[in-house]
Amino acid sequence: MKTFRIGGIHPKDNKFSAGKKIQIAELPKQVAIPLSHYIGTPSEAVVKKGDLVKVGQLIGKANGFISANVHSSVSGKVAKIDVQLDATGYKRTAVFIDVEGDEWLETIDRSPKIKRECLLSKDEIINKIKDAGIVGLGGATFPAHVKLSPPPGKKADLLIINASECEPYLTCDHQLMLEKGEEIMVGISILMKALEVNKAVIGIENNKKDAIAHLSELAKTFQGIEIVPLQSRYPQGGEKQLIDALIRRQVPSGRLPIEVGTVVQNVGTTYAAYNAVQKNKPMIERVMTVTGKNAPNPGNYLVRLGTYLSAVVEQAGGIPEGTGKIVGGGPMMGRSLMNLNVPMAKGSSGVLFIREEEAVRKPIKNCIRCTKCVSVCPMGLEPFLLMNQSERNMWTEMEANRTMDCIECGSCSYTCPSNRPLLDYIRYGKSTVGSIIRNRK
Amino acid sequence: MNLILISLLTLSVLGAALAVLIFFVAKKFYVFEDKRIDEVEAALPAANCGGCGFPGCRGFANACVKADTFDGLFCPVGGNETMQKVADILGRTAVAAAPTVAVVRCGGTCDHRPRMNEYDGVKHCFIAHNLYSGETGCSWGCLGLGDCEVSCEFDAIHVNPVTKLPEVDDDKCTSCGACVKACPKLLIELRKKGPKSRRIYVSCRNEDKGHIARKSCTVSCIACGKCEKVCPHEAITITNNLAFIHDDKCKLCRKCVEVCPTNAIVELNFPPRKVKVEEPVVEAK
Amino acid sequence: MDKLIISPAPHIHSGDSVSKNMTGVIIALVPALMVGFYFFGLGALIVTLTAVISCVLFEYLIQRFILKGENSVMDGSAALTGLLLAMNLPSNIPIWMVVIGSLVAIGIAKMSFGGLGNNPFNPALIGRVFLLISFPVEMTTWPKPVPFSLSYLDAETASTTLAILKGGHFGEIPSTLDLLFGNKGGSIGEISAIAILIGLAYLLIRKIIRWHIPVSILLTVFVFAGFLYLANPVAYPSPVVHLLTGGLLLGAVFMATDYVTSPMNPRGMWIYGIGIGIITILIRTFGAYPEGISFAILIMNGFTPLINAYIKPKRFGEKVKL
Repeated sequence: MKTFRIGGIHPKDNKFSAGKKIQIAELPKQVAIPLSHYIGTPSEAVVKKGDLVKVGQLIGKANGFISANVHSSVSGKVAKIDVQLDATGYKRTAVFIDVEGDEWLETIDRSPKIKRECLLSKDEIINKIKDAGIVGLGGATFPAHVKLSPPPGKKADLLIINASECEPYLTCDHQLMLEKGEEIMVGISILMKALEVNKAVIGIENNKKDAIAHLSELAKTFQGIEIVPLQSRYPQGGEKQLIDALIRRQVPSGRLPIEVGTVVQNVGTTYAAYNAVQKNKPMIERVMTVTGKNAPNPGNYLVRLGTYLSAVVEQAGGIPEGTGKIVGGGPMMGRSLMNLNVPMAKGSSGVLFIREEEAVRKPIKNCIRCTKCVSVCPMGLEPFLLMNQSERNMWTEMEANRTMDCIECGSCSYTCPSNRPLLDYIRYGKSTVGSIIRNRK
Repeated sequence: MNLILISLLTLSVLGAALAVLIFFVAKKFYVFEDKRIDEVEAALPAANCGGCGFPGCRGFANACVKADTFDGLFCPVGGNETMQKVADILGRTAVAAAPTVAVVRCGGTCDHRPRMNEYDGVKHCFIAHNLYSGETGCSWGCLGLGDCEVSCEFDAIHVNPVTKLPEVDDDKCTSCGACVKACPKLLIELRKKGPKSRRIYVSCRNEDKGHIARKSCTVSCIACGKCEKVCPHEAITITNNLAFIHDDKCKLCRKCVEVCPTNAIVELNFPPRKVKVEEPVVEAK
Repeated sequence: MDKLIISPAPHIHSGDSVSKNMTGVIIALVPALMVGFYFFGLGALIVTLTAVISCVLFEYLIQRFILKGENSVMDGSAALTGLLLAMNLPSNIPIWMVVIGSLVAIGIAKMSFGGLGNNPFNPALIGRVFLLISFPVEMTTWPKPVPFSLSYLDAETASTTLAILKGGHFGEIPSTLDLLFGNKGGSIGEISAIAILIGLAYLLIRKIIRWHIPVSILLTVFVFAGFLYLANPVAYPSPVVHLLTGGLLLGAVFMATDYVTSPMNPRGMWIYGIGIGIITILIRTFGAYPEGISFAILIMNGFTPLINAYIKPKRFGEKVKL
């Protein structure tokens, strides 16, 4: 069984919501659609207070190259454009819409019929994806069209689909593969066409055997798509790790996957791309997992963008008793939420309840130099050293020790027997070293 | 006997040879340095805080000797007195600067903005700042984890455990600016110390719109503009929903303090007001 | 809980802890300890108990009254140091020497540097070497292995295999079977190769240590001793004898792999292990002492910071250089 070659951990899966059918979340009464993205420039609002909007209508225009369009996920009246606390923990601009009915734009094909053939050209596909505001749904929400337009002189020869879902607890991609397998396969063929490659590989961890079987069955009718089962290991879903696991090429430090001739897209993104290209449906909803060890009703929900997480959680049985922390996303890389009154964004892959006894960190002890952080680091770094240097503000040394290579997967903090907050300090060092490097230019 | 003699001889010869070697090496690699640098360095406070923008006191001394004027060269720790000494050594005239002191522009104590969450990461403002906006509803205010306290070389700033806000000790503060750089929320500012340490400043950095700011903290600046109107010296400007008092124009008349509806404008070290002035303030609350 | 907790990712932890690792090593030492108890009886028990109790006590007292820090006795590292020290002592050594050895190990080699994690040299080895230099006679007279012996200070003595080798009496070397099972003179923990290898297997399965250090040491010793043996089989013993005698296995498995004092990445570990192997054989063959592993480990401990500074792990995306 294939897997990446350096480091890695194997946290307990805890996929309680696996195999739970995707439920369509109720239409909320009000939504707050964030105009900011996790990375990149915030979009520019193109509606104003009092405007009537329909589902799928453009409300925020991409602002710059690394930015994405934002569409209304509901129909109704724009109540205001104001700041709203979002999953990042900061107040950022969002468009508030009071929901009235559920009226969709006429151009959107809402029929369940699967449309397999796509006659559009490469540029038309990329433009459609760009217009629909598709972003990478793996977590970083990097605009999909940027990845599909490699810089001049670079050419991809392989499309890699990231379906590893290595984060514990989360199951949204897994369930999507089971229920929308064919759409995903069509989406992959469309992306292959956009990239002008004739080969695509889907990497799936072998804790999702049903998804591997289902997609392998479907792959027989699609040309050039191969399903590769991977040994279940974290952080396999990291772009660089996945490429290493699948094709044994390592992306050099500070470079992009295109350097080794590949483009990686999340499996959720391919489904969104299918909807955008074949059904004219922009990025207005996504599947998210609501789960946790004490969650009354773990499950997967199809939620409109901008829905308050509290409304989704309400349908999943509310906040369970004894919850100490609520995480937006997976337990390894997700962000802890200040409260549930935050709107769902394009990158929200789940809501995870962590019990009180697990939520509090244990006291920090001395580093005993056990080398466990070094052996689990998937980038071959020395987390203990980087933390020490960050504590002492040794930025030059940190840069020399390749702190910028860190993918912030959290394996080091997860594994440290002394409970040292390795990643906290490395992140601090990364942001400082990053700004030093930017200033140098 | 023989053994002692041999050891003695070898060591002496070795010592002599090395002494000659060192002598020539010192000659060969001699670096000329202006003697005045040492003199200037001796006059400096030797705090090596970096407040002047140079790496340590020697770096500053070096810069002083090399430069023709004192433009942009000022030792905030030593102040005018030290600069006068340096000027005497170099035979120039010092330019006196008004003494400044660090002020923390956040008044959000635990009472004014209740904690809504509990932070459980590393107790380090910068790390907390990278993660989220703060334990309270205000995303601009002090995190209270004490990066400024750690950065201060002079033991002049301390986080009050009750209010969870840093407090500056005017007498100890040398306005070196270390805390200004350390604060990720950019709350600390170097302001004119003022006569008898009397100062007026807006103790808020919240750039949210008025209603949002007010909701998150009871002493936030809501940018109502009353202070801007009442100020007779045009010392107050409002930009980005936040009032700012320019200390070079402010004449410390205290009119703005009276009109501020949220008590976001703070006056320090003034004598207590007469009773009749205090009444409208109470009403405004 | 009235307030939700906010903290940076990751939000889960493996549950690993310092005490779990220390307990793991102690468990791995049990087979060797049992063999020691079997062959040296009461004496071994007394020495082991004294060393463990005094190490824990010294750590507690120093933490409590001198460092005044958070008490770390419960993490098991002091008990482990005591155990390792005892394993390196002959079973007929007077109690007061054991106590002095513990004081040196904990007081000087560990706590004076700031406690667990900060000591540059392996505390148990410092304690042992201190005793070896201070009391050479007591430290190099080993009792004769007698199953379930009840004698302590008055035990009949025997020489170790290495002392036999030093004397050049190759004919008196115990059989390989005896070397494996431990029916020979020596310190409490070093006599049985099998028991130590069982411990090694446990450590590797529980992923408490990595394989690089023990393997590199043993391999180096085997190759280096093998060369000497091939060059002159009359003057030098066979590499197998070298591997199975003295504290080599104990040192390679339990002492050299001490977390705090060993390098932190596989490349460094190889250098460290090879260094230990070469120095051990050099001391054994050409030095004044019959046994060299303790000194070899301490010398390489001294090089560890240097190795850590210059030898970096293989980074992701790095071109493989040959």
